[in-house]
Amino acid sequence: MRLVDAITGYRYPPMAVVSILHRVSGVIMFLLLPFIIWMFDTSLSTEISYERFARVFNVGVGGVPGWFFKLVALVLIWSYLLHLIAGLRHLWMDATHAVGLKFGRQSANFTMAASVVLTVLLGVKLFFF
Amino acid sequence: MTPNYGSKRVVVGAHYGLRDWLSQRVTAALMALFTLILIVQVLLPSYARDSDGERIKDAAGNLQKIVGYDKWAGIFAPQWMKVLTFVVIVSLLYHVWVGMRDVLMDYVTSVGPRLVLQVFTIVWLVGCAGWAIQVLWRLS
Repeated sequence: MRLVDAITGYRYPPMAVVSILHRVSGVIMFLLLPFIIWMFDTSLSTEISYERFARVFNVGVGGVPGWFFKLVALVLIWSYLLHLIAGLRHLWMDATHAVGLKFGRQSANFTMAASVVLTVLLGVKLFFF
Repeated sequence: MTPNYGSKRVVVGAHYGLRDWLSQRVTAALMALFTLILIVQVLLPSYARDSDGERIKDAAGNLQKIVGYDKWAGIFAPQWMKVLTFVVIVSLLYHVWVGMRDVLMDYVTSVGPRLVLQVFTIVWLVGCAGWAIQVLWRLS
């Protein structure tokens, strides 16, 4: 938010940041939907396609290195986690009418922190194990 | 003239506010449940079974663990998992349509470009859903 701060002098509260990230992550997953279904298809269809699926991530394909595909997968992992946690936050607020400023701020910060921590852990698993 | 106030007030609008609010939550809950079921099945070990569904043991009495492709494909093999995955694909289709339509309504204010993007969204989503469903029922 530094660029926005510098230009407008307005600091977005965490609730606003989570709100926009909820949308950004949704659009990212929408645009990468063919890649998600390609993963679903090749990993599941046959043993041979499963090996091709693994090779794309471990070696690469068509001159594009494997780490690039892992990075795209990691972007999807973050998008899914943030979208899921932000959605659960909505459900929680709907169910408990927890609409106070304090809860909004804390849960928004939690949403971002949890999605990043889980993404880092899964990223370590994806790239190094 | 008919009264137009209180409980007799005629409410105008497209009437999709509550329906979208509810459908967005119901479809999200289904996808979250699917995620949970999938994670549990991936994390739990799976073992080879004979035609009667009994776990196969070797001479020493050890169970035979299934890993890799066989385990992954085995998760989607039961009919209940195929039906659940199908329901999730349809839920996803509707969830993403409502979400993308809201995003387009907020940021693309000209009617022409918005209509083009909305048509693109529908084509993109229906195409993806068709592909995913084809994958699902191609599996043995």
